[in-house]
Amino acid sequence: MGIKFSLLAVLALVLVAFLGVEAIGMNYLFGVLVPYLAFFLFLTGFIYRILKWARAPVPFRIPTTSGQQKSFSWVKQNKLDNPSTKLATVGRMALEVLLFRSLFKNTKMEFRQGPKISYQWEKWLWLAGLAFHYSFFIIVVRHLRFFMEPVPGFVHLTESLDGFLQLGLPGLYITDLLFLAAVTYLFIRRVVIPQMRYISLPADYFPLFLLFGLGVTGVLMRYFTKVDIVKVKELAMGLATLHPTVPEGIGVLFFIHLFLVSTLMAYFPFSKLMHLGGVFLSPTRNLPNDSRIRRHINPWNYPVKVHTYEEYEDDFREKMIEAGLPVEKE
Amino acid sequence: MASVPKANELIAGTDHKPPKTGWMDTPVEFRPGTWCYSGKSKNLEVVGLPNPREWSPIDDDWKLPENWKEIIFEGLRERIHKYRSFQLFMDICVRCGACADKCHFFIGSGDPKNMPVLRAELLRSVYRKDFTLAGKILGKMAGARELTEDVVKEWFFYFFQCTECRRCSVFCPYGIDTAEITIIGRELLNLLGLNIDWITAPVANCYMTGNHLGIQPHAFKDMIEFFVEEIEEVTGVKIEPTFNRKGAEILFITPSGDVFADPGTYTLMGYLMLFHEIGLDYTWSTYASEGGNFGLFTSHEMMKRLNSKMYAEAKRLGVKWILGGECGHMWRVINQYMDTMNGPADFLEEPVSPITGTKFENAKSTKMVHLVEFTADLIKHGKLKLDKSRNDHLKVTFHDSCNPARAMGFFEEPRYVLNNVCNHFYDMPPNTIREQTFCCGSGSGLNTDEYMEMRMRGGLPRANAVKHVHEQHGVNMLSCICAIDRAVLPPLMNYWVPGVDVTGVHELVGNALVMEGEHERTTDLRGEPLEGMEDSDNEDL
Repeated sequence: MGIKFSLLAVLALVLVAFLGVEAIGMNYLFGVLVPYLAFFLFLTGFIYRILKWARAPVPFRIPTTSGQQKSFSWVKQNKLDNPSTKLATVGRMALEVLLFRSLFKNTKMEFRQGPKISYQWEKWLWLAGLAFHYSFFIIVVRHLRFFMEPVPGFVHLTESLDGFLQLGLPGLYITDLLFLAAVTYLFIRRVVIPQMRYISLPADYFPLFLLFGLGVTGVLMRYFTKVDIVKVKELAMGLATLHPTVPEGIGVLFFIHLFLVSTLMAYFPFSKLMHLGGVFLSPTRNLPNDSRIRRHINPWNYPVKVHTYEEYEDDFREKMIEAGLPVEKE
Repeated sequence: MASVPKANELIAGTDHKPPKTGWMDTPVEFRPGTWCYSGKSKNLEVVGLPNPREWSPIDDDWKLPENWKEIIFEGLRERIHKYRSFQLFMDICVRCGACADKCHFFIGSGDPKNMPVLRAELLRSVYRKDFTLAGKILGKMAGARELTEDVVKEWFFYFFQCTECRRCSVFCPYGIDTAEITIIGRELLNLLGLNIDWITAPVANCYMTGNHLGIQPHAFKDMIEFFVEEIEEVTGVKIEPTFNRKGAEILFITPSGDVFADPGTYTLMGYLMLFHEIGLDYTWSTYASEGGNFGLFTSHEMMKRLNSKMYAEAKRLGVKWILGGECGHMWRVINQYMDTMNGPADFLEEPVSPITGTKFENAKSTKMVHLVEFTADLIKHGKLKLDKSRNDHLKVTFHDSCNPARAMGFFEEPRYVLNNVCNHFYDMPPNTIREQTFCCGSGSGLNTDEYMEMRMRGGLPRANAVKHVHEQHGVNMLSCICAIDRAVLPPLMNYWVPGVDVTGVHELVGNALVMEGEHERTTDLRGEPLEGMEDSDNEDL
């Protein structure tokens, strides 16, 4: 049900853009207003969510320790998996954010009757995740060439590295392939593995279809049904410089692509995609395991009712004296 | 254990295929062996927990307060604002499923709601419905659902089917920690008076008498003195421990399980022998006579209330620092909560070993040292005379307890000690030890008899790994540094891997420790003949 619903939702989006531009000719709406609105929602929503999380206090220092703690000088600490300093924690976070280190450790359990259970290193989710995120990132960087004039050197560099295969004309970008392959894998995995399918919500399928739609429209435009790139750049530059114009004669495919991007941006802050920001704030990863070394302060720490020693002695004084235990009051 | 099927039958019907019906439409079934008895009202009253009454999870009517929904929503709102962890973990899960097969309860039961991701969704779905825009508008499509009594029952079932072991959080790409979710889930349940007796009784006892078992001060002293006699029998050495003694250098606190239940008692004998041998100036306390803290399994506040005794007693007795025995969740509380909740311990000194002069830099703020650290340091400095061969009748492996592993990173210290007190040590396979260690299946207050089936299921991954070294190396002793482990691993081993016994690390230290003035040992601390001593044992008789 979630799959159908999500697929239909994305198809509906495509249809809306198609009809809006092709039938009604609302090019300005889909080329300027919607992207602006989406970008505004993305920016404010993203910041709002981050601030909301950041405002919530971290009362306790609860890192998940995944290696040897700081101990004696003769015991080797695993600084990256169990950091006790800020610097090492930055290292742990960098590995987490840039290389998905926790996911890298993923295992797959095999359960045989007997019972006999074994665990294997499971690298595919990690690989697909990494491929997807880095492809997406590089594709975004490549797109900067539409929004900047002159095009900065690092964008050219990214383009030439990404196109190093020099296959076909226009040259094939590896990330285009990787992106579509990874999204497809992530989708298939979700559908084929029974447990994955069981836990998946429409909110899991929808972004996958949306991203797939983005990728497909992008690939179509670049490699198959060409759109007028010069005019696309004119539009993009207009958006970027706040002097929006919608040149005539850009193919409808572009508007569909742009509408899907807009949807993604607007949807982003309200969805699980916010893990992009959240991963930086996770208290089990971004704190050093040093709460025996330095006192961590809980801003809302409050006094609680306790059973004091005096009350305890009052309860048991006779028995304590008889047993020869020292007491405060004879 | 009568109602638990035989080991080979238990798993026969277990596969990991989810049911046909979606999880929101699959009601929870309270089968015997899968749930714990409810908290008794008298125990709730002792510590002032809400809604004390007699009820049972298999009743239709759980006698919830009239405004129970309001209580949950208010409780949820409060916690979202108080814990960034909780808020974040409600929001950022992408359901990648990396956690799914990491949970011992999922592995052993095949129940999809025991996948950490789904356990969290049980709560997230309610959170979404009332706290997120998408959930309010899209409802079920956004994974949101109405809070009903059935949802609360489901929470009760599954939040008491999680041992807060944090194994899933090792693998989560965002560090989502199911323990946080379970802790808060249980807090919410407690607001309605929904808790289990195996937690509330220890909490009430600990609060009033200082320990889980409600051992009164004179009895506590008696019990320890009983072990003094036992030690004299095995070693010929007379030990004189002190209690509630002001002016001692060190206060020693260990879980009370060590004082009363085998095989923890042998570990306790090891402590006593070690302290005597090095001439440690320390005292026991009958007031702070519990290292464990079942408050952690109730609420953050209850954890703080029970933990307060440690610093309070250290201050009253005027000791320099505190030494803590072998316990799992006790050390999570000490490492990650104690100083924050009940510190600063500015009336104590930065811990220094009086024997070796080693400064425990890693404990300079809490001023509490783990006994295994302390012992490792003694051994490193050659302060102990150890005869490893006295443990030659044992082939030992080590179970990393969840909390010292994943809330501390305590891996090398116990292994160093073990390698110095026994000749035959074999680690279990890498995916089942250290930060990837499997829970005993009975942690976080679930170590009760009526829950035996789930305990055997949850403990299966641990047992399976022990079985591996049992078959490969002939391992017959499973060592650990946790009192709950010492209580629950023996039945687990008996069930899945007969022929493997359970010990604390300091029992093995006690066996190997060559004491001044001791007579020739013919048995270990359990009275089992040492290797080559089978005959001389008979001569004594």
